Amino acid sequence: MKLTLRIWRQKGPQDEGRMVEYELDDISPDASFLEMLDVLNERLITEGEEPVAFDHDCREGICGMCSLVINGTPHGPERMTTTCQLHMRKFKDGEVIDVEPWRARAFPVVKDLVVDRSSFDRMIQSGGYITAPTGTAPEAHSVPVPKADADHAFEAAECIGCGACVAACPNGSAALFLGAKVTHLGLMPQGQPERWDRVVSMLETHDEAGFGGCTNTGECTVACPKGIPLDVISNLNRDFLKATVGGKKK
Amino acid sequence: MAVTGAILVGFLIAHMIGNLKIFLGASDFDHYAEWLRTMGEPAVPRRTVLTILEIVLGVSVLLHMWSAISLARRARAARPVKYQGKKKSNAQGYATHTMRYGGVVILLFVIWHLLDLTFYAVNPKGSDATPYDRVVADFDASRWYITVWYVLAVLLVGLHLRHGIWSAFQTLGLRSPRNNNALRGLAGGLAAVVTIGFIAVPISVTFGWVS
Ligand code: HEM
Ligand code: SF4
Ligand code: FES
Repeated sequence: MKLTLRIWRQKGPQDEGRMVEYELDDISPDASFLEMLDVLNERLITEGEEPVAFDHDCREGICGMCSLVINGTPHGPERMTTTCQLHMRKFKDGEVIDVEPWRARAFPVVKDLVVDRSSFDRMIQSGGYITAPTGTAPEAHSVPVPKADADHAFEAAECIGCGACVAACPNGSAALFLGAKVTHLGLMPQGQPERWDRVVSMLETHDEAGFGGCTNTGECTVACPKGIPLDVISNLNRDFLKATVGGKKK
Repeated sequence: MAVTGAILVGFLIAHMIGNLKIFLGASDFDHYAEWLRTMGEPAVPRRTVLTILEIVLGVSVLLHMWSAISLARRARAARPVKYQGKKKSNAQGYATHTMRYGGVVILLFVIWHLLDLTFYAVNPKGSDATPYDRVVADFDASRWYITVWYVLAVLLVGLHLRHGIWSAFQTLGLRSPRNNNALRGLAGGLAAVVTIGFIAVPISVTFGWVS
């Protein structure tokens, strides 16, 4: 395949950054999007140029490291798929492809396509945990959980913390990520002791980090590679109202 | 946003039903307009209840706008560098994208509408006419552009409600996978009823069905 890439290049956090065009030829339609970038980088290195920096780790859709806004859509055109699992056969021969980093004040660019997502870590530190001593894996039937709750909690726990929801949101809000954590832990018996503190302090950390406010546009759930549903935001709002207006938070 | 929006939705429904009294004739319509002012009499003086309702509405509109403006400002601050690629929206419908500019147009409309039928400043008839006569004169066929303006504004209100009513349930944590379809239906249905109910009056006057 022949491709024209327009990639965001930025030397460091202070650099202004710009889109730079690259022509690529002979790309296999079976290559993944990241393998295609590997091919470009090998060429840049042999030509003595700085390779394009981008995040990746597992390359199997489970770690949440890969990012990239491809043609205006986080993780590219294929639904429920991370960038690392996206293949070039989803593009047309001769296509012009725009590649940009996640854009959010809370995700500052480190270099090229790499952004700093530690604001997500700070949100987790402020409440995305349980305090019960876990020890080794317990006998599965010792703490009964209703099947429906277990299923919903598992669905929410599929969030890999990639940040595509923020990248897609016109408000730059991380409500889907936050909702996934609050739903996941809030549905389990082990998550109950911290439930009302969790939602309030995680939301405070969210706002302090500079994420925007949710207006229910629904862009996040469509961009999410794990298909985390909008229901988690309804749960987040419900728990927040119960904790504050309902006086559940001590 | 959700609570003040709900108050405004309640107002819209009441206002629309009141407007439809125009189809019962001049005396019914004027009698209704008079009742608005005498509500609660003789227990409380004339216009007491109406004034309280006006204050609640005014405060709701202001708080609703204040929330909208703070959300918009936070959104702008949350993404200082815009995307260069073509902007893609992959979710939901058209209505969602009209909320911000639609709200501003609705506000401009409400100001015009108050100057028109509450303070009579831009109405062809003055304060010595009856409410019925003012409406009929307002949407006279020769003033078709006023009718067009009212219809466009009401269509935007319809879109605002189509997203807003559903969104309010989500904001209050009351939406779930089980009631989602019902809520979409409620939002779409109420939006359609309010839009058609409001549009019926100016259209009927302009086409001479009410005179
Ligand atoms: C006066 C000018 C107005 C402005 C500037 C305005 C603006 C907005 C904005 C920006 C939103 C958030 C949109 C979103 O969810 O993306 C909103 C939501 C909403 N609006 Fe308005 N609006 C106005 C008038 C109205 C009126 C007249 C009504 C009712 C009839 C109304 C009912 C609602 C409702 C129910 C919501 C949803 C609340 C929520 O999601 O929690 N608005 N408005
Ligand atoms: S909710 Fe989805 S898009 Fe957001 S961080 Fe989790 S996996 Fe990524
Ligand atoms: S590299 Fe791990 S999810 Fe894509």
